[in-house]
Parts: sequence; structure tokens; C-alpha cells
Amino acid sequence: MPSQPRPGTIIRVWTIVFLFIALKAVGNLSLAWGMKHFPQVMSANPLPYVLAMFNPFVALGVLALILALLMRMALLSLADLSYVLPVTAIGYVIAAFLGKTFLSEVVSGQRWLGTALIFAGAALVSSTAPSSTGNQSQ
Amino acid sequence: MKWILVTLMVAATVLSDLLQSYEMKRAGRQSVDARGLMRLLREIARRRFLILAIGCMAVSFFSFMALVQTEPLSFAVPASAASFVLETLLAKVLLRERIGVRRAVGAVIVLCGVILVGG
Repeated sequence: MPSQPRPGTIIRVWTIVFLFIALKAVGNLSLAWGMKHFPQVMSANPLPYVLAMFNPFVALGVLALILALLMRMALLSLADLSYVLPVTAIGYVIAAFLGKTFLSEVVSGQRWLGTALIFAGAALVSSTAPSSTGNQSQ
Repeated sequence: MKWILVTLMVAATVLSDLLQSYEMKRAGRQSVDARGLMRLLREIARRRFLILAIGCMAVSFFSFMALVQTEPLSFAVPASAASFVLETLLAKVLLRERIGVRRAVGAVIVLCGVILVGG
């Protein structure tokens, strides 16, 4: 039988899921915005990347993505990998919305269908206990 | 070349996530307030597998960047979703996670969604 989650674990898990998704979305958007307005294109030379770090949007993006990484690690201390993967895929849905809203990207019918499937699958997975391996101890 | 990059990207992602999950389960429950984040940074510094996991993440990231320079995103994103299947299977086998019917069906539905979003 799966171990019963501690009281408050579900709230804690979902708080961190929310923070992870928000930081990842803000980080990616800020990074994309900063890089779009940076004159250098991709190259093997690392200097343009170092210079890009001085762009405030790029720096904010990198900081948000580092925080998102820490959130995901904290999440993995509370929940199974097989739970975290589908639940955090909701980030793809947010990316589609942000792309449409801020970057004026066209979101096709196929992409909206994919988005709906991600929501449905994540909802199904989130109805299971986050941890099945008993890693609930401090 | 593209399949070498896909293999490298998927292998690095899978290894990174398995190592992170393994080490974070051993580290115990973490919190994300200021004190919790400092504790988490200390855990990363003293656990070699977590440092290795971050290295794998970097390999995966640069493989993805190299892939999208030559291949369309509609190929790269669904190809990266292969790691999703492998990780779920290996989480069951190596990390001894219990994956019931609901979680397995949900994961397959999410996978289909990710492929459609990328396609």
C-alpha cells in the first residue's frame, strides 16, 4: 500500500509545484526576451554568452531558473520522480499561454489539444499520493 | 549526428533526474524559505551525486541547444519527451517507486500532450 502523506504535505508539495512553474516561466520568458534583443547569434565562442549575462533580462532569467532548479530539488525530497514529472509538465501549458500573450506566437489547434491532454494527465497523476517510498521523515 | 545528440540529451536528462531524486530522498524533507534554501545549497555542496546531476543537466541543455540549431523544435521537443518514459520506468525499477494504474495512465496522457505541443 502507498504510504499516507503527512498532513500538510499535499499543500507543501503544491506550493513548491506552483513556485517552480512560476519561476521557470518567468525565467524562460525573461531569458528569451533578453536574448532576442542581444545582437550576437549562437557561436562556439563563450564571450558573447558572458556579455549577455550583463543584460538585466538575461541576468533575471538565469536567477529565476536557478531558483526554479532549487524548487524542483526540494520537490523531489517530498514527492516521487514519477509524480513530479507529469505534474510539472503543466509548465508547457503556461509556456503556450505566455508565448501567445507576450510574444504574439500563434498557438495551433493541435497545440491546444496537447495542452488539454497535459492538464488531464497531470490532474490524474495528482490524485495519487505524492510519495510512495516513505521518504516523509526529516 | 541528430540521433547522437538526441541520445546524449535523453541519457543526460534521465541520469540527472534519477541522481537528483535518489539524493533528495536521502536528504529528507526540504523547505523553500530562506533558511531552507541555504540548507539545500549546503546539501548540494556536500553530495557528489547532486553535483554530478547538475553536470548532466548542463550536458543535456547544450545537446538540446545544438539540436535546435539544425533540427526544427517540432522534432527536438517530442524527441526530448523520450526521457519521460525512460525516467518513469527507471523510477519504478531503480528508485522502487510504486506506480499504480492512475499514475501510469496519467503519465501516458501527459506524454501524448507533450508530443502534440511539440509537434
